[in-house]
Amino acid sequence: MIFLFYTAAIVALIATIAVIISTNVVHALVYLIISLLSVAVIFFALGAPFAAMLEAIVYAGAIMVLFLFVMMMLNLGQTTQDEEKEWMQPRLWIGPVTLVALLLVQMTNVLLTQDVDLRPIEVGVLEISVLLFGPWLLAVELASMLLLAGLVAAYHLAKK
Amino acid sequence: MRFEVGSALSIGAILFTVIIVAAMLIWVERRLLGLWQERLGPNRVGPFGLLQVVADMIKIFTKEDWVPPFADKFSFILAPPIIMVVILLSFSVIPFAPGVGVIDSDIGVLFVLAMASLGAYSVMLGGLSSNNKYALLGSLRAAAQMVSYEVFMGISLLGVVALAGSFNLREIVLAQSDGWFIIPQFVGFVIFLIAGIAESHRLPFDIPEAEQEIVAGYHTEYSGMKFGMFFVGEYLGVVLVSSLLVVLFFGGWLGPGFFPPIVWFVLKTAFFIALFILLRAAIPRPRYDQLMNYGWLFLLPLSLLNLVLTGAYILWQEGI
Repeated sequence: MIFLFYTAAIVALIATIAVIISTNVVHALVYLIISLLSVAVIFFALGAPFAAMLEAIVYAGAIMVLFLFVMMMLNLGQTTQDEEKEWMQPRLWIGPVTLVALLLVQMTNVLLTQDVDLRPIEVGVLEISVLLFGPWLLAVELASMLLLAGLVAAYHLAKK
Repeated sequence: MRFEVGSALSIGAILFTVIIVAAMLIWVERRLLGLWQERLGPNRVGPFGLLQVVADMIKIFTKEDWVPPFADKFSFILAPPIIMVVILLSFSVIPFAPGVGVIDSDIGVLFVLAMASLGAYSVMLGGLSSNNKYALLGSLRAAAQMVSYEVFMGISLLGVVALAGSFNLREIVLAQSDGWFIIPQFVGFVIFLIAGIAESHRLPFDIPEAEQEIVAGYHTEYSGMKFGMFFVGEYLGVVLVSSLLVVLFFGGWLGPGFFPPIVWFVLKTAFFIALFILLRAAIPRPRYDQLMNYGWLFLLPLSLLNLVLTGAYILWQEGI
């Protein structure tokens, strides 16, 4: 499982970097899907198969399909790709890289100093459901109301 | 975590059988269509034309494998294998018989749904990367169709999951030893069947590749084995949906004792494969907006109602 975790983590890192630096939007989307799928594998390795499957179904399967759908409608050709290349200047990297480096230092510090029990705990579908529809029922209802509002708004916009 | 993996030999045997069956379906489909349309179908190569598949395979492997210069090479090559890989991975959670299967996983149903949703990328990337207006139209239709029908596919399954109390396909089969789920979940079965046809975009829902309107839809620019992968992927999808129908609603390998379990599974699956082919011969293709309206305005409310009623029934049985 440790091997699975580190392999998936490396794949996720490489794929995410590829998302940022690739100039073709479709390629970037494919890398983003790979990155999300490797996050799903990480969830699985950590003992949360239900979360892993939801990550694959909702993020990699549904949201990214909508992104790709929009890409198809926009028909972004060579001009966008040239524009992207122009925008990708090395000096733009300085700010984000400094911030990320700070975060990395902090995280390594936490991981080295704190004594955390990193053994994965198995969480099944039943445990999650009992929690969601027990103590967290109100949050589930609120989230569903938010989604319903989105649905009604989309219906209204499409009707015009 | 219950997560048993079958031996390498059984994995290899299942993989081989599934691919051979999918390839043979090309011949089965053409012969059955011939039978129902009062003609002969392919009957020249070998006994009953059985070797037609071999001839087709030789042809498809030796054809020029051409990548159009105007296509986006990366996604053009990436698209066809996705559908094959995704559907073959789905077969890993199918319980064929007691002790026959690849993975015995507690998230089997969710895994199948995840793989089905990833299968949409094959069609979308294939159409988008071809840089061809017919291919783009085909993959736009495919994307909308597959994303919509995935929703009802998932919801129609939940009734079965609630009755069996598990996402594990093997446990779902075992929960049907007192009676198949087709009886309490008939509505769920009908919705799953329709959604399954739409997911594998077979006729009558082959709108993404409607020949009369958009040449060949998303695989217009494909040739050789890349086209072959889309083609065999479609038949693999038929086998997958048929075996899922058997596992979820028709008791999987369960049946009267005079046949071994695996034979029951094969017989039931063969019945649904034949049904898929008969539907192709019998029903005309709907229009695109008809398909979407039918899905969202009829199947979605019906599947939600089915889920609510199933939940109420379970609570009533438990005496709350």
